[in-house]
Amino acid sequence: MVEPREAPAVPEAHESLDHQRSAMHHHHSHAADSRHGCGHHLLTVEDLSVAFRMYDETAAEAARTEKAGEAEEAPGRRPSAWRRYLGAPQREVEVIHQLNLSVHEGEIVAVVGASGSGKTLLADAVLGLFEPNALVRGRIWFDGEPMDAAALAAERGRGIALMPQSVASLDPLMRVGRQVEGAPRGRRAARRADARRRAERRRELFARYGLDEGVARLFPHELSGGMARRVLLCCALMGNPKLIVADEPTPGLDLDLAVRALADLRAFADGGGGVMLITHDIELALTVADRVAVFRDGTVVEETAVASFADPALLAHPFSRQLWHALPEHDFAVTDTAVERGVPC
Amino acid sequence: MVKYIASQIGRFALLLLAVAVVTFALVSLSPVDPLQANVGQAALLGMSEEKRAALAAWWGADTPMHERFIAWAGGLLQGDMGTSLRYNAPVADVIASRAANSLVLMAAAWVVSGMLGFALGVAAALNEGRLIDRFVKGYCFILAASPTFWVGLLLLMVFSVWLGWFPLGFSVPVGVAAADVTFADALHHMALPAITLSVVGVANVALHTRAKALDVLASDYVRFARARGEHRGQAMVRHGLRNLVLPALTLQCAQIAEIFGGSVLVEEVFSYPGLGQAAVTAGLGGDVALLAGIALVSAALVFAGNLAANVIYGLVDPRMRPVRKLARATAAVGVPSAGATFGPSASPEASAVETTPPIPPASDERTPR
Repeated sequence: MVEPREAPAVPEAHESLDHQRSAMHHHHSHAADSRHGCGHHLLTVEDLSVAFRMYDETAAEAARTEKAGEAEEAPGRRPSAWRRYLGAPQREVEVIHQLNLSVHEGEIVAVVGASGSGKTLLADAVLGLFEPNALVRGRIWFDGEPMDAAALAAERGRGIALMPQSVASLDPLMRVGRQVEGAPRGRRAARRADARRRAERRRELFARYGLDEGVARLFPHELSGGMARRVLLCCALMGNPKLIVADEPTPGLDLDLAVRALADLRAFADGGGGVMLITHDIELALTVADRVAVFRDGTVVEETAVASFADPALLAHPFSRQLWHALPEHDFAVTDTAVERGVPC
Repeated sequence: MVKYIASQIGRFALLLLAVAVVTFALVSLSPVDPLQANVGQAALLGMSEEKRAALAAWWGADTPMHERFIAWAGGLLQGDMGTSLRYNAPVADVIASRAANSLVLMAAAWVVSGMLGFALGVAAALNEGRLIDRFVKGYCFILAASPTFWVGLLLLMVFSVWLGWFPLGFSVPVGVAAADVTFADALHHMALPAITLSVVGVANVALHTRAKALDVLASDYVRFARARGEHRGQAMVRHGLRNLVLPALTLQCAQIAEIFGGSVLVEEVFSYPGLGQAAVTAGLGGDVALLAGIALVSAALVFAGNLAANVIYGLVDPRMRPVRKLARATAAVGVPSAGATFGPSASPEASAVETTPPIPPASDERTPR
């Protein structure tokens, strides 16, 4: 489970690559700011597939008609209802296929794709949050270490933080301060010490983002849009993460607040962190991100620098070029295929 | 607030009026002859025609229903609930002596079924699809489908008759002077009826809590809590319980009616001298004053339960309270120093709803979504 070309043993080989000019490297091209701290990516996802096991309705239907046909011929051999219940056929539905994605230190990678195309599942996979019926395959490295589900779970809230979309992700019945501080870890004395440390860190973050101490005593529904945005950011920053996964942080905010939310993420990235910005809004993504991963039908079809969106000739995948054409400053051309296959609304 | 209290009192008065009218109407329609029921077949046959007529006149059996009702209601307004035919004592006294027994029984059942149901529901939700969950669901479905009196009879058979752990009935031991009855005796007699009521009452709360807990586990805030490193159980304790207790408590308050109804059957099965048994006696004996009195008391009890649920919700859930001044004050203070262009802030409700992105409105058709 060691990334072949990025192993710390041969960092020179990788660093000696001319990132600006080499067209492809690890399935992606680089932006000017993409840095390889310690000779590896902050996050690398390779060949990730997520599938769900579910009962196959069509197969059950087929089986039933088949059984009905059999029953007419040999009524004695019809299986019991219990047996049919136990033997209900299942199938796998793959939602994410063969996905590759990398996040470098100091950059924002925008994962841009239609709503409902599985982007949130990608966030869940990186956080190691799996539904019980999910089958997740692939390789994930975080900060140079190969990760499995348990390792990813251990990084949650520490190395990797989630910044959710809205205050709906906060417990409606718990005061904001306690929620930002999160659950203290450890036992007895260690737990109390951790709680104190968290309260201290929370005060520090509130001060940094201009949140009054009184906000800590409010309930989530009492927050204004601007306060909510900063509170969610403080939640993400509590554990001093290296990587923030921001899941659609801008919908519901007006333009001014959205721009400021992204500016805060930019500041985090400029401080050496990495951001995976999941969004459906390519215009907003192009203003703030360093690189764009074009997400479509459950996979990343192209991972490229924002600069490539200056000219469609620099974009490799036809869907990316369609996106380029769909931008307002271009010709608004929405081709039939885009309407049919890529854009549900 | 004054308006709320006044409206609640008004509702309460209307409810009691309706309950009293319906009780009176039903009793006067019932074919039970109060003379026959209360004097006894043999004694009635031995009485002369005049004596019977005199007794009927004395009890007012021939007075039309509405006149009796008005007389009774007038007395009630003066604090007189009438006299019980069956117990030959003031209704208030009969109810007071019975209610003490019943209320203890019902309170025990209410608390035990509530806590047990809540715990089972949470445990089932945390182990969804596993053995515990199946066991809890099966238990609840069976109990929800079985009549209370039947469960009572079953428990009586197993634990009193076969195993002999509990007495067969009554609230105190037979043949013991009232002064010698200990608290332990009373508890021992109350145990089996209380267990019956609790066991049957669990189903509702457990199934409801289970469904609600599954919602909570799938909610955005538990997903976020888990994304911050809390595991499922931890998130359940930290965020789930506070969101589950309120609905469960509301349901349990509304459940008082069920428990009261159950207690009528259980008291009958266990010969437990409570309100429920008195109600059955009053109904069979055409004792309209006692029946109406018990109906009023139980209506008041159920009403109080529902009112408590409403009030608790208002007091405990911060979302039900009016927006506090602090919120507005801090909103003004909370603007960062650089924020001269603090935009019209979207309310949290607005941001929770899927709104169109803030970028030019026409962009909807162009950007891939």
